[in-house]
Amino acid sequence: MSEYLVDIKNERLSFFTPAGEVKALNDVSIHLKEGEVLGIVGESGSGKSVTAYSLMGLTAHPGKLLGGSLYFNGHQIEQLSEKEMRKIRGNEISIIFQDPMTSLNPVYTIGNQIMEAILLHTEKTRAQAKDRAKELLELVGINEPEKRLKQYPHELSGGMRQRVMIAIALACEPKLLIADEPTTALDVTIQAQILELMMELKDKLGMAIIMITHDLGVVASMCERIAVMYAGKIVEYGTAEDIFYEPKHQYTKGLIRSIPRLDTKEHERLVPIEGTPVDMLNPPKGCPFAPRCEECMKICLREMPPVTNFGEVHYTQCWLNQKEERSANE
Amino acid sequence: MSENLVQVEHLRQYFPAGGFGKNKKYIQAVDDVSFTIERGETLGLVGESGCGKTTTGRTLLRLYEPTGGRFVYDGDVIFDVEKKQYVDMLPYRKKMQIVFQDPYASLDPRMTIGDIVGEAIDVHKMAANKKERYDIIIEMLKRVGLNSEHANRYPHEFSGGQRQRVGIARALAVRPEFIVCDEPISALDVSIQAQVINMFEDLQQEMGLTYLFIAHDLSAVKHISNRIGVMYLGRMVELADSYELITRPLHPYTKSLISAIPIADPKMAKESKRIVLEGDVPSPLNPPSGCRFRTRCPYADEKCAQECPQWRELEKGHFAACHHIDKCN
Ligand SMILES: Nc1ncnc2c1ncn2[C@@H]1O[C@H](COP(=O)(O)OP(=O)(O)OP(=O)(O)O)[C@@H](O)[C@H]1O
Ligand SMILES: Nc1ncnc2c1ncn2[C@@H]1O[C@H](COP(=O)(O)OP(=O)(O)O)[C@@H](O)[C@H]1O
Ligand code: SF4
Ligand code: SF4
Ligand SMILES: [Mg+2]
Ligand SMILES: [Mg+2]
Repeated sequence: MSEYLVDIKNERLSFFTPAGEVKALNDVSIHLKEGEVLGIVGESGSGKSVTAYSLMGLTAHPGKLLGGSLYFNGHQIEQLSEKEMRKIRGNEISIIFQDPMTSLNPVYTIGNQIMEAILLHTEKTRAQAKDRAKELLELVGINEPEKRLKQYPHELSGGMRQRVMIAIALACEPKLLIADEPTTALDVTIQAQILELMMELKDKLGMAIIMITHDLGVVASMCERIAVMYAGKIVEYGTAEDIFYEPKHQYTKGLIRSIPRLDTKEHERLVPIEGTPVDMLNPPKGCPFAPRCEECMKICLREMPPVTNFGEVHYTQCWLNQKEERSANE
Repeated sequence: MSENLVQVEHLRQYFPAGGFGKNKKYIQAVDDVSFTIERGETLGLVGESGCGKTTTGRTLLRLYEPTGGRFVYDGDVIFDVEKKQYVDMLPYRKKMQIVFQDPYASLDPRMTIGDIVGEAIDVHKMAANKKERYDIIIEMLKRVGLNSEHANRYPHEFSGGQRQRVGIARALAVRPEFIVCDEPISALDVSIQAQVINMFEDLQQEMGLTYLFIAHDLSAVKHISNRIGVMYLGRMVELADSYELITRPLHPYTKSLISAIPIADPKMAKESKRIVLEGDVPSPLNPPSGCRFRTRCPYADEKCAQECPQWRELEKGHFAACHHIDKCN
């Protein structure tokens, strides 16, 4: 047993592609208590989705878990068979994706799809499932549920479809909801609606959420904990305040500097992170951020930096902090 | 210097959407949109998906035949639908270019980067010989932060940000004056978006370019635009200097759009009060009568359902279309 709902320790996962091994996750550790909201940020390809999917036992071919332990709600996920995993998915843990259109089946009605999720995971009769489906639609803020149940996905707007996806995900009141870029495909005014809904539901149902996004604005307003990923590693982890007000890793600092802000004076130039994202087939030897880091030192090119802790939660992997720690101790 | 390079009046673009005769239906993608862009200026165009931003840009370049309105470019009438006046576009294609949203789909995967950039040079016979052609290609690649080695490589060998640079180099190769940038940063990672925006700014300085910069992200567009126009369901609802628009929005839709942007600061995010609009954007096939925003506007009344609000200059350079500006400010 663990004091956490989710406790991933030292996960290593690679994709063995024809072009070579892609080390998608390189020693990733994450933990999360019941009812907490964790945000995972990072650029595309940094390993956000792979981390979350592996926790659901959904690693795509040719991916392979190479090491580490994945604990969730009393289960040791890496030891479970697909059959055992299927009982957990949709029941104790659910996921919503970026594009609700690809996860909803266009040939079935909304009602059909919500009811199927309910029937699959509970002992309810069809009539009971239908009532529950209506209840769920109301829960996610959809009016006239009776009418909506008979509609097909294409008859709904993007925001409405995402609400339906949330309804399906919540069918069994999961302990953990994974949201993979749930609002990226939506417009800002609709995004605001969906984020508000998710926070309301979290309070009502007490579930934990892992929110995957590249939008720092979304994590700032929603998440208590934030993991910053770069090239298959969590380079910094902390509370929202740690990450935004006391960032320690050079990538986190750059990311926060590069956010376009609304509250700046007239014509302020943006501060980008120079360089290009890591080629995951040929990652650099030491710190993966080294080729883009302004503070890069010789040791950064040779060796991966170890963890430096700041208090209970906040940690980073960056040589600069080791140096400071050492000189502080001397 | 306040010379208008681009002058758009009452632009209209309706797409047929089935039905026959009297029952023929139209998607009112752009309806009665007017604006100007000075030489060397950047006009940002924002709004939610489907509100008509891309259609506006594409209609100006005559990638679509306009349904209505007039477009004057550098003193020349490009089209005037009322007077049935249409100019031959070929000489203007060189002056007006477009950069697309999707850096993956907009480059031919079988062509080298050099040939992608070179294609436009050939079409417009910009180079007298092979050497000159090559020199222009390399110059353009350098301008966008790539180098001569890249010329012989293929699109799949590049990251999203690099591909977007190639798309920009292709647009620049014919030495345009005016570029429609259609969401050129939307598909890119945050850290790369800032690189590309800065590059657009530098190129503008170096080459004296004029931009119509389309985006759905108001915070990014603010950094490059002198002025910003906000569209909703095919209509322009507000237009002002970008700093003014963000600090003193007058139209209820602009206000809600700004307040919906998640603030990347945990304390400020907790303190701020969001206006969360109800409902969805209605269909452009059957837009609401009167003010198109009325189905979601907290201030809507009977008049809003009956009359279409006038596009007015409320303060110098600050335009908006709303019946109740006083009530909602
Ligand atoms: N070729 C076309 N034929 C029919 N309808 C079209 C066509 N192009 C655009 N539309 C419709 O016109 C409206 C405006 O589209 P437009 O592409 O300009 O929106 P946008 O603001 O650029 O949105 P997005 O941010 O999604 O690109 C939409 O309702 C769209 O579906
Ligand atoms: N099915 C797959 N086959 C090969 N490589 C993959 C596959 N899925 C993901 N990867 C690789 O794993 C890394 C992390 O991907 P992902 O977690 O999807 O990134 P993101 O942070 O955008 O969610 C990337 O380098 C990606 O290319
Ligand atoms: S370890 Fe070195 S290269 Fe990596 S972020 Fe820190 S200072 Fe930069
Ligand atoms: S005209 Fe009426 S409905 Fe339209 S924005 Fe103004 S108050 Fe709202
Ligand atoms: Mg992903
Ligand atoms: Mg568009």
